[in-house]
Amino acid sequence: MKRVFTLGAVVLGLAGILWADTLSMNGAGATFPNPIYSKWFDEYHKKNPSLAINYQSIGSGAGIKQVTEGTVDFGATDGPMSDEQIKAYQDKHGGTGILHFPTVLGAVVPTYNIPDVSASLNFTPEALAGIYLGKITKWNDPIIAGANKGVNLPGNDIVVVHRADGSGTSYCWTDYLSKVSEEWKSKVSKGTSVNWPVGLGGKGNEGVTGTVKNTPNSIGYVELIYAEANKIPYGSVKNAAGTFVKASLATVSEAAAGAVKEMPDDFRVSITNAPGKNSYPISTFTWLLIPQKFSDAAKRDALKGFVKWALNDGQNYAEGLSYAKLPKAVVAKELKAIDKIQ
Amino acid sequence: MATSSTTVPSAGPVAGSRSFLSRLWEGDEIARLITFVFAASVVLVSILLVVELWHDSVLARHRFGLSFFRTSIWNPIEGDFGALPFIYGTVVTAGVALLIAVPLGIGAAIFLAELAPARVSDTLEFFIDLLAAVPSVIYGVLGLFIVVPLMRQFIAPWLKSTLGFLPLFQGPAYGMGFLTAGIVLAIMVIPYIISVSREVLLSVPRDQREAALAVGSTRWESTWKVVVPFARSGIMGSIFLALARSLGETMAVAMVIGNDPKIHASLFAAGYSIAAVIANELAEATSELHTQSLIELGLVLFLLTFILNGLARILIVLTSQRGAGSARA
Amino acid sequence: MNARLRWRKFVSGFMLTLTGVCAAISVSALFLILGYLVVRGGTSINWAFFTRLPVPVGEVGGGMANAIVGSAKLLFLATLFGVPIGFLGAIYLAEFSGSKMAFVVRYAADLLNGVPSIVIGIFAYALAVLPFKHFSTLAGGFALGLMMIPITLRSTEEFLRSVPVSLREGAMALGASKWKTIATVIVPAAYRGILTAILLAFARVAGETAPLTFTALSNSFWSPGWTQPTASLPVTIYNYALSPYEDWHRQAWAGGLVLLGLILVINIVARGILARGISVSRS
Repeated sequence: MKRVFTLGAVVLGLAGILWADTLSMNGAGATFPNPIYSKWFDEYHKKNPSLAINYQSIGSGAGIKQVTEGTVDFGATDGPMSDEQIKAYQDKHGGTGILHFPTVLGAVVPTYNIPDVSASLNFTPEALAGIYLGKITKWNDPIIAGANKGVNLPGNDIVVVHRADGSGTSYCWTDYLSKVSEEWKSKVSKGTSVNWPVGLGGKGNEGVTGTVKNTPNSIGYVELIYAEANKIPYGSVKNAAGTFVKASLATVSEAAAGAVKEMPDDFRVSITNAPGKNSYPISTFTWLLIPQKFSDAAKRDALKGFVKWALNDGQNYAEGLSYAKLPKAVVAKELKAIDKIQ
Repeated sequence: MATSSTTVPSAGPVAGSRSFLSRLWEGDEIARLITFVFAASVVLVSILLVVELWHDSVLARHRFGLSFFRTSIWNPIEGDFGALPFIYGTVVTAGVALLIAVPLGIGAAIFLAELAPARVSDTLEFFIDLLAAVPSVIYGVLGLFIVVPLMRQFIAPWLKSTLGFLPLFQGPAYGMGFLTAGIVLAIMVIPYIISVSREVLLSVPRDQREAALAVGSTRWESTWKVVVPFARSGIMGSIFLALARSLGETMAVAMVIGNDPKIHASLFAAGYSIAAVIANELAEATSELHTQSLIELGLVLFLLTFILNGLARILIVLTSQRGAGSARA
Repeated sequence: MNARLRWRKFVSGFMLTLTGVCAAISVSALFLILGYLVVRGGTSINWAFFTRLPVPVGEVGGGMANAIVGSAKLLFLATLFGVPIGFLGAIYLAEFSGSKMAFVVRYAADLLNGVPSIVIGIFAYALAVLPFKHFSTLAGGFALGLMMIPITLRSTEEFLRSVPVSLREGAMALGASKWKTIATVIVPAAYRGILTAILLAFARVAGETAPLTFTALSNSFWSPGWTQPTASLPVTIYNYALSPYEDWHRQAWAGGLVLLGLILVINIVARGILARGISVSRS
């Protein structure tokens, strides 16, 4: 027994010594871009074997918290940091700031499960806001039916599903609803966690997908990639220009293109309900949060190198995983901004 | 059963029997000291935990005061928080879980300890212990994909048709809700009850059983009226373990309870528990008040456990028998 | 008298059959879970699973090697920290203490047991991560160890107390000191129950996710030493189960199977190795 213990201790201790030459960095945050980030960090590690960047998707808010506390080297978020959060970061780090770098684009889609309805439904902003406010309660309500002539919608009660856990996906969804519905804006507003007027809470995108799949007459919102991977029906949404647009890489990119002209220097911008004939209205950037000042030069250079790579070669992996690439103008602006990291 | 401290001359100061040095030499004082330190550290950790929770929830406590216990609203945007629906959900799901798990668990433990041959009993015990090791996320997913549809399609309609006159079993059943969470919790806590109860039952001296049988009781009577009471304290201990686990279970409940902070009389309705909301929202909570309100909920759960444990112990004292299996609160 | 006796015999048979039904239900729950894991995840268990690092979605051949090693390290730390405290504390309660202190300690242990695992995670985060500005394996082991204490303590105490007085008095009569009695007579007599308690606590923390997300985080790579974040089976299973990819789902179930398999093996080995010793319970 004793020998087993000492042997085990020696082996584990050795494990510590053998990896001493690798530079390890830790980042944490948004779940939304997790598939592509895990791809990127893996590919980058293959190119640079002595660098291991470990990214964990614990949630946008948690990512902001941890990078503020300094327990991780960088963060990631689906919703940009607010002014208070940036100030909190500066207070904790002696006045130095934190920078946002958009990495890819994604979309949130309305998914549903209506027995005997296999057509792709059209949703107007009024319909979505009304359903989630609890004012539209049946599938054959005129507001929904009016946009879906020719579809036989049943008179069943709508079961609303939302996210129970705080998430960037919820942020994007509520941000959109706040823009298109005054009532939503004043009653519920936008955030990673809100006081949902009605509905069941599913845990994670997977929980919402699972709940919708298993509950007849339900509606939920999930990231595009979940809808595609699970082959569940999702509807088109009417955009600001009046067209019913279904989420796809092209329509998401178009939403971003409209935002480029107005892009602020710190890259914190919301692109929901963007202008453009074919832009998908519930799209969002996702950002890396990188401290402006690094005390460790090796880590700083490693991260700068990674961001450069992600903005160039890394973009080629995006579409394979259902993320839209960044518009070239945004990439150019970001490459300039990398120099701000010291 | 007499506790050993009354019969051992070397425990505690007994005038004149042995000098302090001789006790020290024998090692008893050191043993006592060392074990005392470890026991005290448990209390210390608990106190530290409460202090930590108290300290980290100061904003919320000052803001809401006692109304935290009475209000039912949970609004992260406006900064308005109340604990009532979560307390309700926690108590209801734990209650349902114990109602299911305790009879099942004790029954199974009796079977394994008294009836099953040793080999069968040991083998089955291995498997039941494994239930304790299944990660809660797997319970959650299985609950979502198996129990929820079962509830919606079979269990709820059946309950409605037989017991639908009770407000407990009325209203729409979407599958997720208090009852589903209670069932999943019951499966999760049953291994604690079975495992510990079985061992305690096995350790009841043989002569107790034989004495009962000798005076003409049936197998069941000897088990239920003699052996089980003898093992009462241990069985109660196992129920405490189960209660604690069901109050604090996070992941599995979050996936099947529906996560709706409302109070409903119906067991089919969606609800929320303290542990589930902390798990769902803590990592993403952006405002300080939100975070601290969640921590205050943790403190409330602590208080709830405190009270429920106290009530349970009072119950034990009130129903304890004289003699074998006497109450050890 | 005969009618009454017949009734009592009937009740006896009926109730005892009922207990058998209870046992059957409990065990079948487990087999249902195992069956589901095997059907959904069995195909993903291969040599690569145990030896390779996870790969990004879309690529084949990944495994959970770092999660398995990480869990082993974390559980090792947890046992090292939690079991002595629970065990020795229980000895104090059963052998040395007065009833007041015993009451307080038992109550504290029950409270600790009821704390949601995520709150333990926050607590461990505040104590073991924030001051060092680092997620680490040590912090994870600390959190899990905390969770092992109450079960170990309460159950060990129960089993120590259940040792018959005759054994204690026998040892005293032979002149053994208190601690000698405890070490050589009482503990070996109760070893079965104590081992059950420790294995139960071990099984419980082996499957815990929430405390680890705040302390050990997770790691896509190997975790060198003890001060870096580390992958673990429950966290990896959690991440995979909640992802959109069918392949990752299968791996999650496979991970669940592996975790259960490891616990089973540890159970068998532990009981086997420590099978020596006096057992009075089954005489």
